Amino acid sequence: MQKTGAIRFALFRLLAAVPTLLLVIAIAFTMVRLAPGGPFDDERRLPPEIRDNVERYYHLDEPLPVQFGRYLAGLARGDLGPSYRYRDRDVDELIAATLPATLALGLLAMLLALAVGMPAGIAAALHHGGLRDRLLSGIAISGISLPVFVFAPVLVLFFAVWGGWLPASFSGSSGPARYLLPVVALALPQVAYIMRLMRASMLEVLASDYVRTARAQGLPTRRIVTRHALKPALLPLLSYMGPAIAGVLTGSVVVEQIFGVPGLGRLFVTGAENRDYTLVLGIVIFYAALVIVLNLLVDILYGFLDPRIRQR
Amino acid sequence: MPEGAPTARPRVASRLATTLLALLLAALAGCGGSADDGILHRGIGPEPATLDPQVANTTQAFTPLRDLFEGLVAFSADGELVPAAAAGHEVSADYLVYTFTLREDGRWSNGEPVTAEDFVYSLRRLVDPATAAFYAKHLGAIENADEIVAGRLPPAELGVRALADGRLEIRLAYPQAYFLQLLAMPGAYPLHRASVEQHGRDFTRPGLLVSNGAYRLADRQLGSWIELERNPHYRDAADVAIERVRHHVTAEESAELYRYRAGELHVTQNVPPEAIAQLRAERPDELRIARFLGTYFYGFNLETAKLGEQPTLRRALSMAIDRETLTDKVIGRGELPAWGWVPPGVINYEPRRFNYADMPRDERHATARRLYREAGYGPDNPLEIEIRYNTAETHEQIALAVQAMWRDVLGFEATLVNEEFRVLVSNILEGSNTEIWRLSWNGDYPDATSFLSIFESADPSNLTGYANASFDALMKSAAQQTDPERRRLFLEEAEKTMLEDHPVIPLYFAVSKHLVSPRVAGWRDNVLDIHYSRDLRLRDPNDDN
Repeated sequence: MQKTGAIRFALFRLLAAVPTLLLVIAIAFTMVRLAPGGPFDDERRLPPEIRDNVERYYHLDEPLPVQFGRYLAGLARGDLGPSYRYRDRDVDELIAATLPATLALGLLAMLLALAVGMPAGIAAALHHGGLRDRLLSGIAISGISLPVFVFAPVLVLFFAVWGGWLPASFSGSSGPARYLLPVVALALPQVAYIMRLMRASMLEVLASDYVRTARAQGLPTRRIVTRHALKPALLPLLSYMGPAIAGVLTGSVVVEQIFGVPGLGRLFVTGAENRDYTLVLGIVIFYAALVIVLNLLVDILYGFLDPRIRQR
Repeated sequence: MPEGAPTARPRVASRLATTLLALLLAALAGCGGSADDGILHRGIGPEPATLDPQVANTTQAFTPLRDLFEGLVAFSADGELVPAAAAGHEVSADYLVYTFTLREDGRWSNGEPVTAEDFVYSLRRLVDPATAAFYAKHLGAIENADEIVAGRLPPAELGVRALADGRLEIRLAYPQAYFLQLLAMPGAYPLHRASVEQHGRDFTRPGLLVSNGAYRLADRQLGSWIELERNPHYRDAADVAIERVRHHVTAEESAELYRYRAGELHVTQNVPPEAIAQLRAERPDELRIARFLGTYFYGFNLETAKLGEQPTLRRALSMAIDRETLTDKVIGRGELPAWGWVPPGVINYEPRRFNYADMPRDERHATARRLYREAGYGPDNPLEIEIRYNTAETHEQIALAVQAMWRDVLGFEATLVNEEFRVLVSNILEGSNTEIWRLSWNGDYPDATSFLSIFESADPSNLTGYANASFDALMKSAAQQTDPERRRLFLEEAEKTMLEDHPVIPLYFAVSKHLVSPRVAGWRDNVLDIHYSRDLRLRDPNDDN
């Protein structure tokens, strides 16, 4: 009963996502075309006959609605079209080539952030107002305010250039060591956010009546936290995780540039700089689909953690 | 949930954290990046758009392509034109027919001989509208090339044919003094027809690409590297010292520098401007700054009345700028002050200079002030004008310096506008929003025309809108000369005419900047900034020099 309910819920949400996705595609298609400058504008202006040939090659000589129709037809076949910049590559291929590195780094960073941020947040909440709380909160604030473009190069400088212990770039080496610096750089701001979220919601739960009742019954703090307070305190964190994971999976441009990671974030930004219309569109669509699916997953998980949602 | 189930989430989490920390420490003790693996590691800049020689149009693609392929001619380590796939050539008395004799030992990476037909195939492919090559008109001097690019003649009508397996004839529509230089460009590289036709667009992939140069494609990781291995069938394979070359994608200069410092790269594609001073002190022998065929300039939008009809004002604006201050104090990386347009280093040419180039500074400033007033401006009526540049620190510093010089010498305040590169370029191309804008112009080949032709009124890359009939006539006369000496005089006169009109303010002549590891031998600075891996050697890491 519960299971079929969840499946029906998921199916409904996925169907409802189709118009959203179409809208995203239409807006993104219009926006990339509205951006000033085209993919072939350069200080070396193409002679008109060459420009004609290149535009014909990419069907850019057709009216915009026809181009949009052509794009949608391709999309229906699962084809994101050819890249305008990387002439001998398709957009699907470029996304597939850059996704693994971004995926691995993003998920590892998220795990690290959870592993550090959650216990730290709980510890801060338990010692609310105390020295430990202030220390942890202080570290979290600096973690949020320290920009990654400052933090990441310092990591490289220290561990790779001076120490020589770790590779300076992700793509310049093989082996697991190359994951360390980018993962730490990606995780740092997340640790801080997760810690603060965890601390706030834990504080709220700890102040609730049923926790006070449990305390009054003489239950030890650890038991109260693990058995009674943790589950409800996780709910706000869970809603944060959906978009956060989507964000981490689309890659951090800064981290990818500093560590030379052949990832999706860098691809997206250079795609935008190059006015690689199809590449930018393809990644936007991919990102939109990812956000929709992850939010759906979060909602389903929510149902398991919070019975009130399930009943509705 | 049953009583007593292990739900101690924080403990699981902290155990995970401990494990990760242990992993981190374990890795710390382990390997860092190392460039001692016998591979030459070169940075090339952003991801090359393609390895298709006829379609490629960026330097980052040209660097690996020069290792992979070989044209009829090539450049030596010093940048001199030398025979390559062709052992030699003859030119007809009217400079219209070139006949090349291919080397008998020329081989594709699959062992098949390189034939004249392979060149016929690739040259036709270059001009074929279906290829949609950006450089399709690069060899526009070949008979019928322009007609084919425009779709008015089939590619088979190109003035290129195989006289025999080893004899290639190229007929030109008009003499072109630098035609041989153009043949060294990737667009003129031969292609292995069978593999291109079999694999279509995919022919550039590892395992499929058949090339005729010193190296062949071993591996390609998008966004990371292009790895080449020595082509065993190459004519000079025995003289190619380095077995494997990895061309690394280095999208960001400062990250590239880190990788070099960490020993992951032997050669960098660039050096971040802000690091030059420190590197000069720390690694003077590794920092290679060399003259390069490029001019950094401010262009005028001559379509606007304010600038187009005011040669006096343009002259005043140029005279007020102290180039030496820009090159020595503002940028200071070895750039040369530009008092003319064509940079030093082009073949058979004596670059022209503004007639005020050697004027004492105070006198130059005084003249600038006088011209500024003559143009109708003054303290009560200061010039209102915009400088547009793309967002980058160097461009910003230069714009601020120029703004200050104009303020000090002429007394007006220019407005600075920065925008993203494509936006700037599209504004310049449209010519409607711009007044003064910054760009750089790099020569494709070491001939003065590579710089001067963009001022011809009909040239597609004429971005200022400059049109002067006598300049056009001089360029046309130069093009018709087969005598190098007379041609040179026409071109020099053309530059002089153009400078007099000030369609642009040249600011400095560019330099190429690389870091080259002491382990790399054979690196020679050259004005083309072309460095084939086959000319390099890796010293033994245990050698002490």
